[in-house]
Amino acid sequence: MRRGRLMVMGVPWFWLLLFFAVPFFILLRISVTDMGEQLNPFAPLVDVQAGHFSLRLKFSHYVSLFLDPDSGWGQTLYIESYLLSLRYAFLTTCLCLFFGYPFAYFLARSPSNIRPLLLLLVMLPFWTSFLLRVYAWKGLLADAGLINNLMLAVGLINEPLQLLYNDVSMLVGMTYVYLPFMVLPLYANLVKLDLRLLEAAQDLGATPWKTFWLVTVPMSRAGIVAGSILVFIPCLGEFVIPSLLGGAENIMIGRVVWDEMFSSNNWPRASALSIVLILGVVIPLAWFNQRLARKVEEESS
Amino acid sequence: MHANRWHRYVSRLWLGGVFLFFYMPLMFLVVFSFNSTRQDSQFTGFSLRWYQALGQDTRLVEGFLLSLNVALLSATLATVLATLAAYALIRFGAFKGRSLFNAMLSSPLVMPEVIIGLSLLLLFVGMERWVGWPGRGATTIVLGHALLGMAYATVVIQSRLKEMDRSIEEAALDLGCRPYQVFFLVTLPNISQALVAAWLLTFTLSFDDVVISEFLSGPGVTTLPQVIFSYARRGVNPSIYAAATLLMAVVSLAVVFYGVHTSRKMRREAYRPLD
Repeated sequence: MRRGRLMVMGVPWFWLLLFFAVPFFILLRISVTDMGEQLNPFAPLVDVQAGHFSLRLKFSHYVSLFLDPDSGWGQTLYIESYLLSLRYAFLTTCLCLFFGYPFAYFLARSPSNIRPLLLLLVMLPFWTSFLLRVYAWKGLLADAGLINNLMLAVGLINEPLQLLYNDVSMLVGMTYVYLPFMVLPLYANLVKLDLRLLEAAQDLGATPWKTFWLVTVPMSRAGIVAGSILVFIPCLGEFVIPSLLGGAENIMIGRVVWDEMFSSNNWPRASALSIVLILGVVIPLAWFNQRLARKVEEESS
Repeated sequence: MHANRWHRYVSRLWLGGVFLFFYMPLMFLVVFSFNSTRQDSQFTGFSLRWYQALGQDTRLVEGFLLSLNVALLSATLATVLATLAAYALIRFGAFKGRSLFNAMLSSPLVMPEVIIGLSLLLLFVGMERWVGWPGRGATTIVLGHALLGMAYATVVIQSRLKEMDRSIEEAALDLGCRPYQVFFLVTLPNISQALVAAWLLTFTLSFDDVVISEFLSGPGVTTLPQVIFSYARRGVNPSIYAAATLLMAVVSLAVVFYGVHTSRKMRREAYRPLD
């Protein structure tokens, strides 16, 4: 029993430590490494000279993210691309919530005999390459593409609009890819909603609109938060969509990390960029999500 | 009554609109894969030339075979690891370090893929220096995909294990089964559906992934999404549309087949006399 238990636990423990914890510490370690003349990202952090130790930590990689020697604090390209990424992630989350909430709501209220089919239709695009679905938008949004042609034909516009390689294509692409991640948790939440509560609200004189805002929305708070986090975080580090649908100025943080790593060969700076992203955004959001989940659980029990 | 009809209208409009949004790019891919010219704004005539070009494109074919291998291996690895992890989480109660274990397990779910790719790359470069293994290539991609897939697979398997009736395991123990026999003869068959679902999920994750592969692949090793990604950045290539259409056809067939299979099974079970 003892030995079996040790084996069941040991394998995933070893795996997670080796492939999750150790890489994180290597990331931390490289972010404070002084690469020296040989540009060695694994240069030792401890110097032993004449019998005493000295630490060789270099924090300038972090400083240079925030400080530009010419224009001062907060004026760097890195800050700019962090802010740009946060902006896109925030706008995409809002768009997904706006289109996804009513969608999930109507899905949950649809006749139960067609509901499995509708759910399947939501998930089906998941099974075809994400890359190809993004790529298709390139054709749809082009100057002579389907969407421009349609709007021209209807008479909505007189000349083709520039839809590609700017904010429009970025937001369309990101909303398109991440909308199911918003819809599915919301649906799972809304379908469990006790319909008697809605009837009670209506019996007590609330209009449908009021019932929606005062009963349905607050009851689905956990779904809203779960969906928003599932959309927000991957959007933040999005790498593929900006390189297919973004313009020259839509450089998000994922791209910057990549460029620092492979074009500038500045491994410490790429690591520092990632650490700031993890500590500044990912961990606070994950913590917030967990706290809220616990609160909701306590309320329901 | 009025409000009800209004509700129905809005509901249909909204559902239809979002579904149109979901399926417009897919329809675009299918239609233009049969186009006779390279144009992607006007349908100039029906042809199968891009499907012929597809078979002759050795990069795409090799990428496809590599992706298939990587996805098979990483999905299997991820499912095995996830089964062990989920079993530990659900059956072992409050063991030492449980919250750290859980946090590490689910972190890849909320970590931008670029960071997972970068930190694993640093690990593999470091490992290669110290122990000489593994060189960057298919192996490292499999390991990276398995790490990501394990996080998803554990969620699926964990929820099934949680609702499984424990008393049958206890009964098996009472009847003299050894713990490992209980695990293989009682627990695993009971969660087999979740295992299949988890395996399929991690398979598609791996087959579709481009970011982690871009970080972890070595020279001359390119998965199918990587090939597509490099074509896509260069401009229009209808061969990719053809590849997408074939992929969609396979997936739809699989889904239809699965749907027919399960509905038949459900019907059989519904009509089974009570025993």
